[in-house]
Amino acid sequence: MSFWNDPLKVAADWLEGVFTGWGMDAVLSHVLVAFLGVFLLIALLMVLDIFLVWIERKVVARFQDRIGPNRLGPFGLIQPFADIIKLIIKEDTTPSGADKVVYNLAPILSMMSVLILWAVVPLAPVVLGVDLNVGALFLIAAGAIGTLSIIMAGWSSNNKFAMIGGFRQVAVMVSFEIPMLTMLMIPTIYAGSMNMNAIIGAQDVWFFILSPLGALIFLIAAIAELGRAPFDLAEGESELVSGFNIEYSGMKFGMFYAGELLHAFTFGGFWAILFFGGYRFFGLEQVSPFLAILILIIKAMLGYWVIMWVKYTMMRIRIDQMLGFNWKFLTPLAFALLLVTALMNALLADAPTWLYALGMFLANVVTGWIALEIARSATRKEREQVEGIKTPVEAHH
Amino acid sequence: MVPLSWYLMFAAALFSIGLFGVLVRRNAVAILLGVELMLNAVNINLVAFWRYGDVTAMAGQVFAVIVFAVAAAEVAVGLALVISVYRRRNTVIADELDMLKW
Amino acid sequence: MTAQQIIFMIVAAYTLGSALMVVTTRNLVHAALWLVSTLFGVAVAYALLNANFIAVVQVVVYIGAIAILFIFAVMLTRKDMRDSGPQMNRNWWAGAIVAVLVFAGLAFLLSGWSGFQNTAAELPAEFDAISLLGEALTSPQAFVLPFEVASVLLLAALVGAVYVAFNPTKK
Repeated sequence: MSFWNDPLKVAADWLEGVFTGWGMDAVLSHVLVAFLGVFLLIALLMVLDIFLVWIERKVVARFQDRIGPNRLGPFGLIQPFADIIKLIIKEDTTPSGADKVVYNLAPILSMMSVLILWAVVPLAPVVLGVDLNVGALFLIAAGAIGTLSIIMAGWSSNNKFAMIGGFRQVAVMVSFEIPMLTMLMIPTIYAGSMNMNAIIGAQDVWFFILSPLGALIFLIAAIAELGRAPFDLAEGESELVSGFNIEYSGMKFGMFYAGELLHAFTFGGFWAILFFGGYRFFGLEQVSPFLAILILIIKAMLGYWVIMWVKYTMMRIRIDQMLGFNWKFLTPLAFALLLVTALMNALLADAPTWLYALGMFLANVVTGWIALEIARSATRKEREQVEGIKTPVEAHH
Repeated sequence: MVPLSWYLMFAAALFSIGLFGVLVRRNAVAILLGVELMLNAVNINLVAFWRYGDVTAMAGQVFAVIVFAVAAAEVAVGLALVISVYRRRNTVIADELDMLKW
Repeated sequence: MTAQQIIFMIVAAYTLGSALMVVTTRNLVHAALWLVSTLFGVAVAYALLNANFIAVVQVVVYIGAIAILFIFAVMLTRKDMRDSGPQMNRNWWAGAIVAVLVFAGLAFLLSGWSGFQNTAAELPAEFDAISLLGEALTSPQAFVLPFEVASVLLLAALVGAVYVAFNPTKK
C-alpha cells in the first residue's frame, strides 16, 4: 500500500502516528484525524464552490451569447473573490419582526444540507467519507433538511413574498421527492444494494443505457429539488421579487446562493454516480484513486452542465402546471417504470448481459412511449374542451 | 457498552413528556405533537429490543417501520381533521370544540 | 464511563430537552421546530443502536414529511402569526403529576424485569441488517401481511385526508 494507491488511509495512519507520538490517547487521535478529514473535505468543497460561481457565470454568458466575467485575472478567474469580498462587507441585516434565531439558522441549515451529502459520495473506491449501506436514501434525508431550511427562511423573514416563496418551494420539494425516491430504487434494483460503491461496482454497463427513462426522471426531479429554472418558482423574480431569501443580505444570502450552486454540482455528481458509472471509465480508475477522483469530477461537471443547459434555455412554468405535471404524469410514470423494471429484472435474472441490457432498454423505451401517448391524448382532449370543438355539457356548471 | 436499561429509561422519559403534552396542551396541533413524541418513544424501545435481543430476528425493525407508516397516516388524517374543524369553527383550541357535549 | 456511554448521555439529554421544549413552548412554529430537533436526536439514537436504515427513514419520514406537515398545519390554522391566550390547560399541574406517575410506574415495572440490565452482543461480521429487513418484509413466512395492511392503511389515510380537508365551497 502506498500513497499513490490509498492516499486517505496512508495520510490518516501517518497523522495518527504523529499524534500518538506526541503522547495523545489512541482513541482521541483517531477522532481528531476523522475531524481533520471532514474539515479538509469541506474546505476543498468551499474552494470548489468559489470556482463554481465563475463556471456558472461563464457558461450562462455563453448560452446568452456574451463573454461573461473577463476583467479580473485571466479569463475573469478572480471575479468570484471580488464577489465574496462584496458580500462580506455588505451590511448584515435582520428585518424587524423577524424570528432572529430561526432567521439566522436557516442559511446555515441550507448549506449543511448540501455539505452533508458529500459524506456518502465515493470520490474513488477508497476515498469516501462513510461506506453507508443506505447511501441512496441518505440523499433524500439530506433533502429533507434542505426543505426545512427553506420553510424556516420563508416563515422567519416576516415577509409575505418570502412566505409564499417558501410555501411554493416546500410544496414542490415534497412532491418531487416521490419520483426521485422511486428513481433511486432503479439503480438499487440493478445493483441489489443501496451502497454507493456497490452501485458503481455493478455498472459494467452504465445504468443510463439500462434505464434512460429513469435517468431522465431523476434529472427532472433533481432540478425541481434544486429549485432551478424551469422550476424556480420559489424565487420567481417577476412575481415574488426573490422568494424565500428576499430579506437576506450579505453573506447570509451568499450561503443560500453558494449552497444552491454546490447543490447543483452535487446532483450532477449523484447523476453520474447512479447512472453513468461514477468514477469508472474503462478501467482507468484501477490505476490510481487520483485518476478516479478526476473522472468523477469531470462526469459531475458534465451533469452540472446539463442542469445549467436546462436552466438557461427553459422558461419558468406556473406552480399549478408544475404540481399537476408531477402528480398526474411524473409520479405515475415513475411508479410504472419501477414496476416494469422489477418485473423485467425478475424475468431476465438468468439472461446474459447483452440480453438483459437490451430487454431493460426496450422496456424503458416502451414505457416512455406509452406514457407520452397517454399524455398526448389527454392534452388533446383538454385542448378540444378549451377551444370548444367538442364541448361537453358537464364542463360548464 | 450502554446497557438496555438506559434506552428503556430514555424512551420512558420521552413517552412521559409526550403524555404531558397531550394532557395539558389546548391547541389541537400541539396535542398531535405530543402524540408524535409518544410514538417515537415506542419506536426507540422496539429498535432497542431488536439490538439487545437476537439481531437476526427482524421483528423489532419491522414493527418500527410499520409504526412509521401508522404515524404518517395518523398525522395526515389528524391534521386534515384539524384544518377542517378550523374552517368550520374558526378555532383549534380543544376545549372550545364542545358541540357534542350537550 | 466509556465513550459510547458519554455519547448516549449527550444524545439523550439533547433529545429530552428538545422534547420538553416541544410541550412547553408558547410559539407553535417553534414547538414544531423543536419537534424536528427531538426527532433528529431520536434518529441519532437509532444510529447508536446500529439501525442505519431506521435512522435514515426517521429523517426522511418524520423530518421530511411529518414535521413539514405540522409546520404547514400550524400556519394554516392561525388567523395571525401571534400567540394569544394561555397555551396550557388550567389544571396543567394534574397533567404533570400524571406524566411523572406514568414515568415512575414504567420505571418500576421495567426494573423488575429480568432482562433489564442486558448488554448487547457484538454484531456478527458481515452482518447486513437491510437485506434481512427486506426479506422479513416481503417473505410470506414473516411479515408480508402486516406490510401490505400498512400500505392499504396509508392509501386509506391519503384518500381520507384529501376528502376531509377538501373545501367544497370553493369551486
